[in-house]
Amino acid sequence: MDVAIIGIGIHPFGRFDGMSGLDLGEVAARRALSDAGLAWSDMEFAFGGSIDGGYADSLVSRLGLTGIPFTNVSNGCATGGSALAMAVNRIQANESDLGLVVGFDKHPRGAFAADPASLGLPQWYGETGMMLTTQFFAMKIQRYMHTYGISESSLTKVAAKAFRNGAMNPNSWRQKPVSEEEIAGSRLLNHPLTQYMLCSPNEGAAAVVLCRADQAARYTQRPVIVNGVALRTRLFGSFEVMAPSLPLEQAASPTAQAATACFEAAGIGPEDVDVAQLQDGEVGAEIMHMAENGLCADGDQEAMIQAGETEITGRLPINTDGGLIANGEPIGASALRQVHELVLQLRGDAGARQVPGEPRVGYAQVYGAPGTGCCTVLSR
Amino acid sequence: MLTAAYKSATLSPTAGPNVVRSSLKQTPIAEHLFTWPTDQPQLIGSRCSDCGVVTFPSQGSCPKCTSQSVTEALLPRRGTLWTFTTQEFLPKTPPYAGTESAEDFTPYGVGYVELPDHVMVESRLTESDPHRLRIGMPMELVIEPFRSDAAGDEVMSFAFRPVEAR
Ligand SMILES: [Zn+2]
Repeated sequence: MDVAIIGIGIHPFGRFDGMSGLDLGEVAARRALSDAGLAWSDMEFAFGGSIDGGYADSLVSRLGLTGIPFTNVSNGCATGGSALAMAVNRIQANESDLGLVVGFDKHPRGAFAADPASLGLPQWYGETGMMLTTQFFAMKIQRYMHTYGISESSLTKVAAKAFRNGAMNPNSWRQKPVSEEEIAGSRLLNHPLTQYMLCSPNEGAAAVVLCRADQAARYTQRPVIVNGVALRTRLFGSFEVMAPSLPLEQAASPTAQAATACFEAAGIGPEDVDVAQLQDGEVGAEIMHMAENGLCADGDQEAMIQAGETEITGRLPINTDGGLIANGEPIGASALRQVHELVLQLRGDAGARQVPGEPRVGYAQVYGAPGTGCCTVLSR
Repeated sequence: MLTAAYKSATLSPTAGPNVVRSSLKQTPIAEHLFTWPTDQPQLIGSRCSDCGVVTFPSQGSCPKCTSQSVTEALLPRRGTLWTFTTQEFLPKTPPYAGTESAEDFTPYGVGYVELPDHVMVESRLTESDPHRLRIGMPMELVIEPFRSDAAGDEVMSFAFRPVEAR
């Protein structure tokens, strides 16, 4: 049975002093309900996730104590994608017809600090200054640039695109374009990545209302179908964040595995994708994820980026809302922000950043520690 | 706190002995991480008795074949740089235990060093200038003071340093 998205809601991403994580989540949930023309009392279930913003299920005290099953989901950067996958499964399993998924977060300022023990890592690994996610992304793109001939100019262009697209998105954190010169000249954080090439944790929320696709016409004339959702973790030999050692043999990344499974379930191929939202925790991730998701071959990115093919007006628009670089990363909300943007694009409601040519197929991917990839295929 | 002179004595990027000795008491940052004390230190990993896969640090099971039959393996001292980056800002404490302040923080290199026929190990690098690091360059293990502890003793950790062409 197909599942349809019939309502979307977002609270802008950024910094909101005086608002709690739950405040943000409530705004997104109410907007999604209102977009679907439904009330909280119509919902038969909910899934929600947040890492630092509070327990999602405590939203019931504000939305209404209707007694429905509300499950908290915590799966790192894949939290929102995992919650969406569980909602889709629940409807496909005929347990419910209609429900809500919400993700929100409110992180402290600065880079994510992690406790080695909570990730099964030795204390010395954190003590000696090797347990930083940004180091991993820098080392992964450094190797990738060396192997596949990606230039520093392409890194800069991906960041400039993110800020340019973000400036056209009223919900994004960064509202101003940044020139390639400024990006390249900004403070070096982890070679080859400069300050403007990395995203930062922040605050925000997003929500969707889903139902059985065969009932979608009751609520909307413009449903968006969830054709596939897939989640995967590490294989032996994949190069993942926070690894004190790596095997000499190499294997497909969690993202590559999830993408394959997701496209297979959807019966739609990467060549059919009209618009994509990829995890761009830093610019190199967007570049590498293009290939890991099957959207191009390894190394093709250089020519594609230099030719502007991933711009909104290009052949394969990527991160049309500014991605993580312009929006920041409230972990619980991040994957649902991608879905929110894809639904706008497929409905034709994306305004100044609308992809031309009436896109039909959208694709979203998130990736996070300690090695989790989650992919979603949507279509209208 | 580390003094400036103390730091410059420990951060020689490309030359010197394999172990930075001093008159202070020197304690490894963790047990069973590298052989100590010795002038030819080696990292301690583990090898699966069933499939031969080597992991670092040592662990009680094999991540490849799930076997719990593993033995200690001393890793080669030399390898090649597989990839690298630099850490240009002071990491958050905790978990970082370095005693620098944002003002006197000196960037350091981080990389994966491929130890032939064994494993790739993530390590701090003695060289922090990205233009003096390149993928494929030969590297060797050194043990050097990482910080001083509350008692004034030196806490020793491992790093890899580029091997000079000789
Ligand atoms: Zn084994």
